[in-house]
Amino acid sequence: MNPLLSDILFGLIAIVIGTAVTLGLYWLLDRVVQKLPVKIRERVKSMGFLLPAATLLLLILVLPLLQTVVWSFMDKKAKKFVGLQNYIDLFSSADFLSVLLNNFLWILIVPAVTVGIGVIFANLSNNVGPTRERIFKSLIFMPMTISFVAASTIWGYIYVNPAQGRPKIGLLSAIVEFFGGTPQNWMQIDAGRLNSFLMMAIIVWLQVGYSMVIISAGIKAIPEETIEAARIDGANAFQLFFRVIVPQISATIMSVFVTVLILVMKIFDIILAMTGGNFNTNVLALEYYTQFIVFSNLGSASAVVTILLILIAPLMWLQIRTVRRAESMR
Amino acid sequence: MKLLNKIRSLSLGSTLALLFLTVLWSVPTVGLLITSLRRRDQAEVSPWWDALFNPLNQAWSIDAYSNSLNQGGMLESLVNTLVVTVPSVILPLLVAANAAFAFTFIEFKGREIYFAIIVGLMIIPLQSALIPVLRAMVAFQRATGLHLTGNFASAWIIHCSFALPLAIYILRNYMLSLPASLIEAARVDGASWYQIFWRLVMPMSIPALASFAIFQFLWVWNDYLIAFIFVGEQKSVMTYRLLRMLGQYGEGWQDVAAGSFISLILPLIIFFSLQRYFVRGLTAGAVK
Repeated sequence: MNPLLSDILFGLIAIVIGTAVTLGLYWLLDRVVQKLPVKIRERVKSMGFLLPAATLLLLILVLPLLQTVVWSFMDKKAKKFVGLQNYIDLFSSADFLSVLLNNFLWILIVPAVTVGIGVIFANLSNNVGPTRERIFKSLIFMPMTISFVAASTIWGYIYVNPAQGRPKIGLLSAIVEFFGGTPQNWMQIDAGRLNSFLMMAIIVWLQVGYSMVIISAGIKAIPEETIEAARIDGANAFQLFFRVIVPQISATIMSVFVTVLILVMKIFDIILAMTGGNFNTNVLALEYYTQFIVFSNLGSASAVVTILLILIAPLMWLQIRTVRRAESMR
Repeated sequence: MKLLNKIRSLSLGSTLALLFLTVLWSVPTVGLLITSLRRRDQAEVSPWWDALFNPLNQAWSIDAYSNSLNQGGMLESLVNTLVVTVPSVILPLLVAANAAFAFTFIEFKGREIYFAIIVGLMIIPLQSALIPVLRAMVAFQRATGLHLTGNFASAWIIHCSFALPLAIYILRNYMLSLPASLIEAARVDGASWYQIFWRLVMPMSIPALASFAIFQFLWVWNDYLIAFIFVGEQKSVMTYRLLRMLGQYGEGWQDVAAGSFISLILPLIIFFSLQRYFVRGLTAGAVK
């Protein structure tokens, strides 16, 4: 049979069977719970709904996570303990310190810029009529549907700089040339971390739509009276914005900031596609990928992830706290 | 009158600014789209904006698309991506809806703490679990002869598991807004939890299910890491294939460009037709 056709067929069958099995599982769990004596049933009635989710979370997320932390203290093959050796090796290598510096730059710049542009866009879009607002938002938002790999193609074509003598087809080189500069191999210039900044632009381009939509919804939820009152008191546009609107959407801004921050910490596909981590562009998530895929060094890869987890841990705490606060306001 | 004029001029200024920004934001995509539609010999000697400003003097062609689909293997990858994606959307929806239901309506011991843990798990990076899971799957294979890696099943399991925290969170948020009195009434009438879930809560939760489904669809469709590690080369998905094409410069930009757009078509259709749900899902996911 045509392999393509058999793949399609296989997929369809898998979808039907997978769904049927899942549905059957929940039905069966309910049967089992129903058969139990009343006293026990009362205590485990939630289990019929929770067991599959709990099993998956435990087996695929929580236990492997702990395993990763343990392996970060083990050797290349995760066979024997080496103490802190992986961490010592990482922190004593200049390359890794450069990775940390890059990560720091990404974390410092991308979320702030994304939120800043998002606020401006949201404000502008709230000034025009609903039709224009809708069209504008759709088009700015559209990149969110693009994969990091496809985005790398799109931007790779902007940053491309063909060899000497070949026709110039990259937009960035053309613009620089127009203003009297010299086109370069942009992705190879790590002076001032230029190549990293050019890649950050891609993420900002992808994520601004998200930030704009959420912040715009936040601005619209502000009670009209507060704005009216400030106007009557004679506040100008800037005062109105910074003194009245921004304080009222600070929680929204914070949530967008944290979401983008988390995304930035995990990102690696773009850097993998654009430079492969060369020319001083490496970050933690890509370093993990390299340690694991290229060097098959389980201990070192686990140590890199553990460092990433330590960086993320405060955000987790923040997340739980904000959710709990929101819950108590219900 | 003066105020009205001021509002109008403000709106005109904003409109012009928005127009400029929209153009700016669309340039990257448009540039690649035009490139993918030009003939290769022309795309290599002149930049794409030449074709944009002088469209009649161009030889347009869709060769790159057929190249990319056939020789480039994008058609095969498109099918693979679909097979990875659809179950990876349906499974977590079912599992998460069940769990969210329990978290919303059924009292049990430690409910608050478990939910806090799930909220915390929402931001755990995928990378933190991959190696142990991969090794466990390989060990499982050795023990049973059942292959989990190198095919789609492993990707489904991982995508499903990693989607659960956010899905449970979004769905529970939505279920909390359902009228509790209705559930109470059904309980009084003697309906079991199982019946309440399927007959009452699931049908009422369709908007939230739809928003999460779109979100998850885009996430799985665009994923590279899981597809690369667990599905691999034999059943390569589109992101994997694109990344490899991107590495081989000799192929020219044409095929990669066309391939990128092939990978974009379905997400774009879904995005533009279901935008409302998508935005709602995003707003629900944002922890305020």
